[in-house]
Amino acid sequence: MKSLLIDADKCTDCLQCEMACSFENEGVFNPARSRIKVFEFEHGRRAVPYTCTQCDEAWCLHACPVEAITINAATGAKEVNAEVCVGCKVCTIACPFGTVNYNEDTGKVVKCDLCGGDPQCAAVCPTGAITYVDANWTGYQRMRDSAVRADGGAS
Amino acid sequence: MTRHLILGSGPAGIIAAETLRRTDPQCEVTVIGDEPQPPYSRMAIPYLLAGNIGEDGTRLRHSPGHYDDLGIAVKQGRATAVDSAARTVTVDTDGAASTVAYDKLLIATGARPTAPAIPGMDLDGVANCWTMADARRIIRRAAPGSDVVLMGAGFIGCIILEALAARKVNLTVVEMAPRMLARMMDDTGAAMMRRWCEAKGVTVHTGTAVAGIAKDGERLTVTMDGGATITAGLVVCATGVRANVDFLDGSGITVDDGIVVDQNLQTNIKGVYAAGDVAQGPDFSTGRTAVHAIQPTASEHGRIAARNMAGRATGYGGSLSMNVLNTLGLVSSSFGLWDGTDGGERATLVGEDDHRYLRLEFKDDRLVGALALGLTLHIGVIRGLIQTKVRLGKFKKELMRDPHRIMHAYLAQTQGVIA
Amino acid sequence: MSWQGKVLRVNLSAGTAEPEPLNLDWAGEFLGERGLATKYLWENMDPKADPMGPDNVLIFATGPLTGTMASTSGRYAVVTKGPLTGAIACSNSGGKFGAELKFAGYDLLIVEGRAASPVYLHIQDGDVRILPAEELWGQTVWYTEDWIKQRHQDPLTKVAGIGIAGERGVYYACVVNDLHRAAGRSGVGAVMGSKNLKAVAVRGSVGVTVKQPKKFLEVVRDTHKMLAESNGRKGLTKYGTNAMMDNMQNFGGLPTRNFREVQFEGYDKIDAKAMMKPNARGHTNLLTNKACFGCTIACGRIAHIDQEHFTIVNRKEYWHASGGLEYETAYAFGPVVGVSDIDALTFAGFLMNEHGMDPISFGVTLAAAMELFEDGVLTTEDTDGIPLTFGNAEALTVMAEKTGRQEGFGRILGLGSKRMCEKFGRPELFMGVKGQEFAGYDSRALQGMGLGYATSNRGACHLKHDMFTEDMEDQSGNGKAEPCKKSQDRVAFVDSTGLCLFTDGTWATEDYGRQLEAACGGDWPLERLLAIGERTWNLERSFNLKAGLTKADDTLPPRLLNDPAPSGTAKGKVCELDKMLPEYYAARGWNADGVPTPETLARLGLG
Ligand SMILES: Cc1cc2nc3c(=O)[nH]c(=O)nc-3n(C[C@H](O)[C@H](O)[C@H](O)COP(=O)(O)OP(=O)(O)OC[C@H]3O[C@@H](n4cnc5c(N)ncnc54)[C@H](O)[C@@H]3O)c2cc1C
Repeated sequence: MKSLLIDADKCTDCLQCEMACSFENEGVFNPARSRIKVFEFEHGRRAVPYTCTQCDEAWCLHACPVEAITINAATGAKEVNAEVCVGCKVCTIACPFGTVNYNEDTGKVVKCDLCGGDPQCAAVCPTGAITYVDANWTGYQRMRDSAVRADGGAS
Repeated sequence: MTRHLILGSGPAGIIAAETLRRTDPQCEVTVIGDEPQPPYSRMAIPYLLAGNIGEDGTRLRHSPGHYDDLGIAVKQGRATAVDSAARTVTVDTDGAASTVAYDKLLIATGARPTAPAIPGMDLDGVANCWTMADARRIIRRAAPGSDVVLMGAGFIGCIILEALAARKVNLTVVEMAPRMLARMMDDTGAAMMRRWCEAKGVTVHTGTAVAGIAKDGERLTVTMDGGATITAGLVVCATGVRANVDFLDGSGITVDDGIVVDQNLQTNIKGVYAAGDVAQGPDFSTGRTAVHAIQPTASEHGRIAARNMAGRATGYGGSLSMNVLNTLGLVSSSFGLWDGTDGGERATLVGEDDHRYLRLEFKDDRLVGALALGLTLHIGVIRGLIQTKVRLGKFKKELMRDPHRIMHAYLAQTQGVIA
Repeated sequence: MSWQGKVLRVNLSAGTAEPEPLNLDWAGEFLGERGLATKYLWENMDPKADPMGPDNVLIFATGPLTGTMASTSGRYAVVTKGPLTGAIACSNSGGKFGAELKFAGYDLLIVEGRAASPVYLHIQDGDVRILPAEELWGQTVWYTEDWIKQRHQDPLTKVAGIGIAGERGVYYACVVNDLHRAAGRSGVGAVMGSKNLKAVAVRGSVGVTVKQPKKFLEVVRDTHKMLAESNGRKGLTKYGTNAMMDNMQNFGGLPTRNFREVQFEGYDKIDAKAMMKPNARGHTNLLTNKACFGCTIACGRIAHIDQEHFTIVNRKEYWHASGGLEYETAYAFGPVVGVSDIDALTFAGFLMNEHGMDPISFGVTLAAAMELFEDGVLTTEDTDGIPLTFGNAEALTVMAEKTGRQEGFGRILGLGSKRMCEKFGRPELFMGVKGQEFAGYDSRALQGMGLGYATSNRGACHLKHDMFTEDMEDQSGNGKAEPCKKSQDRVAFVDSTGLCLFTDGTWATEDYGRQLEAACGGDWPLERLLAIGERTWNLERSFNLKAGLTKADDTLPPRLLNDPAPSGTAKGKVCELDKMLPEYYAARGWNADGVPTPETLARLGLG
């Protein structure tokens, strides 16, 4: 299975990823609706793209009261089914990474779904800061480690 | 083959059953719940009231045959007694009592609403908002333009408020505590919330109790402390809940506010566990035990209790009290020790005309609690920061200066962003 | 589609902020950004109005491609009557602000009148508020941005604002957005200050749609690829614009010590390579490169100053990273003032952004002050005890700060070179055109640049035409008029798209057309694109003529016309403007006084 690999050192903060993401998912260039966000530090010294790691713990999925979040068997992505989502936002506080967001316009939550296996953020990234690679390569372990700890010791 | 018995078919019970099945494909799993419809989430009821979904939309699981496919027996019945020595539960099904034996028992019977001891609570037209049956009753009465009184403006009350407002009723809220959301908002946040509600046309009384309700023809007269009255066609009561533990009398299971469980979610009786709203489990923030009657806790309890029942010893670091709430478009949230802790520090930012408020509570260089109004982006990271006990280092100072840089603090301290 | 179809009109005198429909006929003729804002300015004000008075109109304009996936889509322009020049001002900028304005649903923001007391504008989609800025008045650009983000509890708010320089009417005060991107030239920040408008803060969530989504993505994929493969682009990404320093040094077109010389001995201490080299203590100036919104080039530099350097050794607040040297900053704080201390240059650059000033105008004004000082016209009594000698790094940084804060001799420097030189009786020492100081190219070595400087509608400017190839190939003034005119028109078109000029060259004019077609619909053949540029140019010219400018303003300082270049490849040459200018007027279809003929105006639909 593949996942997104983010190398913040290569990010120039151009936000092409945010435009591609909103365009793919909402049909509009609109970073405010992007599921990947680039965070800027110290007058632009660093820029860090950030989105869901599709963590194994799947906090969002487990917290959902109506089974609106399910796993895509092909990609491993935790996907929101907007038809089922009631907009209760419990997943937005349950996800310790802060990568599920509430969209006030639709009254539903949104999160990265890997664009069904062809993530557009990676496709447009001009510097290779975002790539879609074999999961073993991602080095996302650090993020996942902190996910495990969010369980308060469960393993 | 171990016989697992689960009482209660809410989120805690169902997630436990599924986890048991995943963890131990051989075992026997039976869930007994006392509501007639397929397992559902009561927290989806407000969206049913608002008309966003139908009853089916509240279901915990959607695929037909889900429980059969997993080999989980879901039965209707009410547990009336537990004999923990004999390892049996007495179950009442349509008036017929039977005895069910178990090897491991999970009590996930949730809570039920409590009513204040005032006259008129039993009148037709006075409803709780807790079960599907309640929801149907409210839907029948709360027509657009009708007068509705909501008793209680706590967390659940405010969620119901949102749903009733969506039904375009003429709404009056009466809360006994001096402010709305007394247990998830401080004075500043609650005052902002109140002004917001009032600006949207909801009448709000705080520091006011309902003294009694009387029938007045087809209508109800609600009398408040001090004598003022309101007439309404419907009174919805959301004044608090209590754990469903009555049937445990004589079972030897220790009960305080809820069923007291240890960090494996086991009660004082070996082989008997409790999860969800009925359980008083480890509290992440205080290190003591507490009832956290929220969905994420029910889900975590269900999973962890099941793993322990299946013999995979799994410790639980405790639940974090947290809530998120949409009140007529104003989203609020609270996390952990939002009211601070001894020797801690606080950073606040109030944006009255932007309807925004953020309060962070620190202990040393760690975040221990937070309140937010008007914040919807990346709020989960507040949980992440609190529950992974991230050391904020130099970002503590940065957050004291500008609390809104939580995402930056999180990234810097967990993703190795050297900035 | 691609245009939002909406203009936000704010009248600060009346305290109103109302949306109105975009005039789509005008958009068809003037496209967006520079061109469309020029049209709106023309229709909305009397060009004779006092630039610092309430009747001046200040326009923030995006283009149809701003906020799309087209590369470099972060551009916006600030168009108004410039106080430095008395001519039309058109300063464009990158960063994220322009795209955010578009995302909030607006093509243009038009600011009229003057607020009774300091205010800032807060735009959140349709929610527009004019809010008090008393607490911000007297504060820096950086403070202001941070304050607004905190005040509205939204770190993603984009802010364009002014510093003390803009508040106090420094003639070359600029509008800074996103901390270190600027609509830099002609004093547009002073206009903002004169309106008592401290900042514009925007947060947009409406987004931008395009007419033919699928086709647009295809075209954009292709144009991205063109940039990715271009050597020019690679150079910009790696070295930034300061790669130009070595070129100009070798060519002998690097204005040095107020244009007395054309080559600078210290150039290699402040060029792009120097930025990348560790100093004796192991400190490297350059940290990384950074893109503006949507840009796949990322020429922006992020740098930091050696903490041991005299400028900041006791000032921890400057120990962080910020926008680093661009070629023009490096030139204006380097050769033209004779300074080769890279940390001093970088610090002065920080100060420009922090206080909101145009580094070119500041540096060239300081250069003239240095010449006045060396000629004995100014003494340390005038200059707060600081010897303004060429090469004095401390003079550079101290005066940058004094000017930014409008203290002491900084108040004189804030007049700009022309007014200052006139004040001290030496008008010939002003190095610029129409009151605006030169960029880092000497017109004796680059003749077409000289013609471009002389005829640029906003005063001396290197960005309103691109004659580098012609100028490098032929160092005479022969045959420069026609290509200069064409280049000016093409640039005026590109400046109206919402994209960055740094794509020009890699992309042919038709490549912009392809992107416009998919984004906006309709036909965009080459002639239409160039006509947009020519129309814009002629309308700018008409504005200036109406404002009172004449042929006499299309000239260069005597130093460039009479004193031969002392060294370099153009040694012995002067700028041949007298030959080029009449040819240029003819090429433009203007009469001998530089006035567009009725036929020309009619041909462009401006009659
Ligand atoms: C209107 C409303 C809105 C809410 N909104 C939110 C929200 O936004 N966020 C949030 O986190 N939480 C919310 N909650 C709380 C959330 O629904 C509960 O925390 C959650 O349902 C607890 O799950 P549980 O399985 O522990 O209990 P329950 O869901 O209550 O399930 C317990 C089940 O056990 C059954 N039962 C009880 N006694 C017996 C017995 N003796 N024998 C057999 N069966 C029995 C009950 O009938 C019920 O079916 C809301 C609740 C309500 C009512």
